[in-house]
Amino acid sequence: MSAHAGGYSADPGVRRVEWLPWLVALAAFFLLPEYLSLGARILIYILYALSLDLIVGYAGIITLGHSAYFGLGAYVAGILAARVGITDPLVQLVAAGAAGALLGISTGAIILRTRALTLLMLTLAITSVLLEIANKATNLTGGADGLSGVVIAPVLGMFRFDIFGKTAYLYCLVVLLLGWWLVRKIIYSPFGTALTGLRENSLRMHAIGAPVYWRLVLVYTISATLAGVAGGLLTQTNQFVGLNVLSFESAGELLVMLILGGVGRLYGAFIGPLVYLIAQDLLAKQFPEYWYFGIGTMLVLVVMFARGGILGIVDGILGKLRTMR
Amino acid sequence: METFLASMVSVAFHGVALGMILYVISVGLSVTMGLMGFANLAHGVFALAGGYILTTSISRFGVPFPLALALAFILVAAGSVVLERLLYSRLYNASDLEQVLFTIGLIFIAVAVARFIYGTLQQPVYLPDYLKGQFPLLGRDFPTYRVFIIVFSAVTVGLLWFGVERTHWGAMVRAAVDNRAMAQSVGINTRRLFTLTFALGSGLAGLGGALGAEIIAIQPTYPFENLVYFLVVVAVGGLGSLRGPFVAALLIGIADTSCKYWLPQYGAFPIYVATIAILLWRPAGLFGRHA
Repeated sequence: MSAHAGGYSADPGVRRVEWLPWLVALAAFFLLPEYLSLGARILIYILYALSLDLIVGYAGIITLGHSAYFGLGAYVAGILAARVGITDPLVQLVAAGAAGALLGISTGAIILRTRALTLLMLTLAITSVLLEIANKATNLTGGADGLSGVVIAPVLGMFRFDIFGKTAYLYCLVVLLLGWWLVRKIIYSPFGTALTGLRENSLRMHAIGAPVYWRLVLVYTISATLAGVAGGLLTQTNQFVGLNVLSFESAGELLVMLILGGVGRLYGAFIGPLVYLIAQDLLAKQFPEYWYFGIGTMLVLVVMFARGGILGIVDGILGKLRTMR
Repeated sequence: METFLASMVSVAFHGVALGMILYVISVGLSVTMGLMGFANLAHGVFALAGGYILTTSISRFGVPFPLALALAFILVAAGSVVLERLLYSRLYNASDLEQVLFTIGLIFIAVAVARFIYGTLQQPVYLPDYLKGQFPLLGRDFPTYRVFIIVFSAVTVGLLWFGVERTHWGAMVRAAVDNRAMAQSVGINTRRLFTLTFALGSGLAGLGGALGAEIIAIQPTYPFENLVYFLVVVAVGGLGSLRGPFVAALLIGIADTSCKYWLPQYGAFPIYVATIAILLWRPAGLFGRHA
């Protein structure tokens, strides 16, 4: 892996370049006011991709069902707002995260006993079960029509969600900042190093006496929590929940974003959703057929020629420049 | 009581027909995964291609039905050899994640191409007259085409099993599934074996897709929508086995049909729950050899 793949030995101090994404995000807030709703969407997907990177990139758990936790968070926030009448956004967010955590630990404890195809199949089956429930429990979820009538009170009783999406953008940015801090902390901790060890060789981790199974369950639960929070954010900014949050395509799309940015690199989860969602905004509506064709081709090419994604390419170029000097 | 019995017979019959189709499509996936350890999520693409070849060759070129079925098998098998040589073979040693992503990419491409050529509508299937109508059997009437599906698939499966269990090629395949390195070291050309087996498995998927075009709708999202079913057959049946997926496919076919008939309000929910339960009980599948 790359130099900043994390690890106990790596310097945990925040390097100067790591402030760049946040500066860009703030600059975008002032310079591109008409794109704030797209911006909020990107921030949400970055958090979602971060949660996936933690298990796929660091712990090496391959899942096709991460949308289960994202979708659950989205529905929990939506149902609280539209059916129960709890409109405080922070309470909704905590509930969404807690729901993600609960589902994460209960499913993780079961499925992480298996490996490879069986694990893949189980993640897919769990998502399918949730999708089936959301589709059929129409009086709770609205079924295929989606859940509308989501009411969100002002954040902390002060900041109303405005139609320009200013509050939503900053709100998502703050939540993402917290999520990033947590994930970064984990990656540079001994626990994070253990995860990388699991990915590289779980047999040896067993041999040196590491509690492999519990480490995996723990990281899976953390990841599910973050995905749940991201789902809650999506509901709050859209004020609507559709069935597609739980679909296999959505989980697949997320994997595409992550691989595009670079798997197992903290900032791959930042670059991927940014590039993907902007490209989607520009191209997908005009040329839907070509869009999916392009995504598929890109995936194949990335796997064939650029396994580190965009950040991997950047790393390669920087490395070449350094040796030339 | 008589009506319940009648519906039981009907559900079992349609369930077996669906199960046969699922098996013919998925058996190749079981072999690919067991033999090459390749997580080929794009297997449904071959089935979809078979379906399109059948419907197009009949409706646009007036090809007779049996020839169209043969075409679906041959063209898909030939096409898969090209894909295997150009793309798949480069990823045999790649990680599971890379194989998964690569094959998801193939699905995206296939869905886009299918939508571009055929649009989003389901393709109609024009059956010849001798396969339409009802077929009297033991005092009941059964749809002739479903009877044909069951008989035709049973013959195909019989040939396949004979090939794997009784021929020289089958012995080589079984040896390579059990221990690839050992098979290689006694002089088996595993690469050529892989290509041939991959082609056969894909061709069978094409055949299954064509044969089942009337049951599993031929439309662009086919590889996504049915992926769970194909994977369930393989995972529940057990990797690299021929009999395991057969039992699993029949179970799923019958379970799915009965759920749709008696418990439509739950959708596919019972199937997924049963799959999860079976995989927790036996992670390697019902007939899997590696725990």
